[in-house]
Amino acid sequence: MACDLWRDKLDAFVDGELSAETQRGFDEHLRVCPSCAAGIATRTQLKIAVKRAALRRYAPSAQFRRKIEAQFLPEKRARRTAWIWLPAAGLAAAILLAAVWIARRPAAVSGAPTLSEIVDVHVAALASANPVDIVSTDLHTVKPWFEGKLPFAVNLPDLTNTPFSLLGGRIAYLNQKPGAGLLFQFRKHRLSVFVFQDSAQWKHLGPQDKPEQRASFWVETFRGSGLRYFVIGDTSAENVEQLSNLMKGASGAE
Amino acid sequence: MRETPERSEAFAELALPLFDSLYNFACWLAQDRVEAEDLVQETYAKALGGYSSFEPGTNFRAWIFRILRNTFLNSRSERAATRTVAWEEDETAAAELGQITEETPESILLQQWNQEAIREAIGNLPVPFREVLLQADVEEMAYREISQALDIPVGTVMSRLARARKLLRTELQGRIVRA
Repeated sequence: MACDLWRDKLDAFVDGELSAETQRGFDEHLRVCPSCAAGIATRTQLKIAVKRAALRRYAPSAQFRRKIEAQFLPEKRARRTAWIWLPAAGLAAAILLAAVWIARRPAAVSGAPTLSEIVDVHVAALASANPVDIVSTDLHTVKPWFEGKLPFAVNLPDLTNTPFSLLGGRIAYLNQKPGAGLLFQFRKHRLSVFVFQDSAQWKHLGPQDKPEQRASFWVETFRGSGLRYFVIGDTSAENVEQLSNLMKGASGAE
Repeated sequence: MRETPERSEAFAELALPLFDSLYNFACWLAQDRVEAEDLVQETYAKALGGYSSFEPGTNFRAWIFRILRNTFLNSRSERAATRTVAWEEDETAAAELGQITEETPESILLQQWNQEAIREAIGNLPVPFREVLLQADVEEMAYREISQALDIPVGTVMSRLARARKLLRTELQGRIVRA
């Protein structure tokens, strides 16, 4: 029976461990075999469920992290000989600070419109009767919805044990560019995350250490893997930062 | 061999980004945060001490996960040794998994499992099955990488993983029936 040939490859199929040729053969078989198709569905669901349940289930305390870093993160040699260069370094730092201050002035001015536009996009979405096009709390439903609609993939964080829940997603536009608009809920507040392909025009925004306030909203922006992220909400800087960190964790952004 | 600053820096660059993963994995193995912290700290110390034996270009993640896993097994050597033998013998049962015919549409009931039930079920798996499942599904390691981390053949990774998932499905479906 054909199933005998394939049944012991169900796990390897789900784990992406089959050769391209075997994969094609298995795909053909799945079209005519409900039993193996059900086996694949079950295993896929289980694999996803295990990851959601177990990934980052246990997070190290900040104290333990500091302890490990103190123990295993070596001090730079430069730091050990820094005293030799202190006078010169002081002068260089002063020059550098002045240069940075001068360089950032136009950037700060030109950055303001972008963040203000993000506020507009967020407010427009909240004002809409249909703030999302795909309504789902399941990241595994929302993420695939963007496939084919955007030229990049959006990685979403596991929100288990966080105060946030996903409401859905939509296509958003900024400067005539399509991006992912994600709507999250925190208590009775709604926060948006917008993801666009990064562009030189946003270079001046840089990564922020803290959210900035714009028209009573808190906005944080960061970049990673060629994408630019904007996180916005009206709750607090801490909430926006927390959601930003979740997105950074899911996307590998800095 | 005494660690030079350059070697320590190279080690930190590779090892510290894995800190969260190692800690999570250690907690799943030990099921105790204090023990997990000891495990991670000891793993880093051993890995740094033995870093000169690590071949650049080979899989560092598999290497350091292997150190953590061996440290864990050594920390509870007697029990672990006994159980490992029993489980290794049980590998032959995995060959029979090919004849399992539980793949029915009813298995869609998977969707009813809540995360806490899944966590409990994972925690109840014997260590050899728990570790292979976590490395495949959570760390998303390839079979070859898992075989290096667990020091077992790829074929054993496959059979052990199939058995782990079978055990998990059985446990979770049992919970649904009991509910």
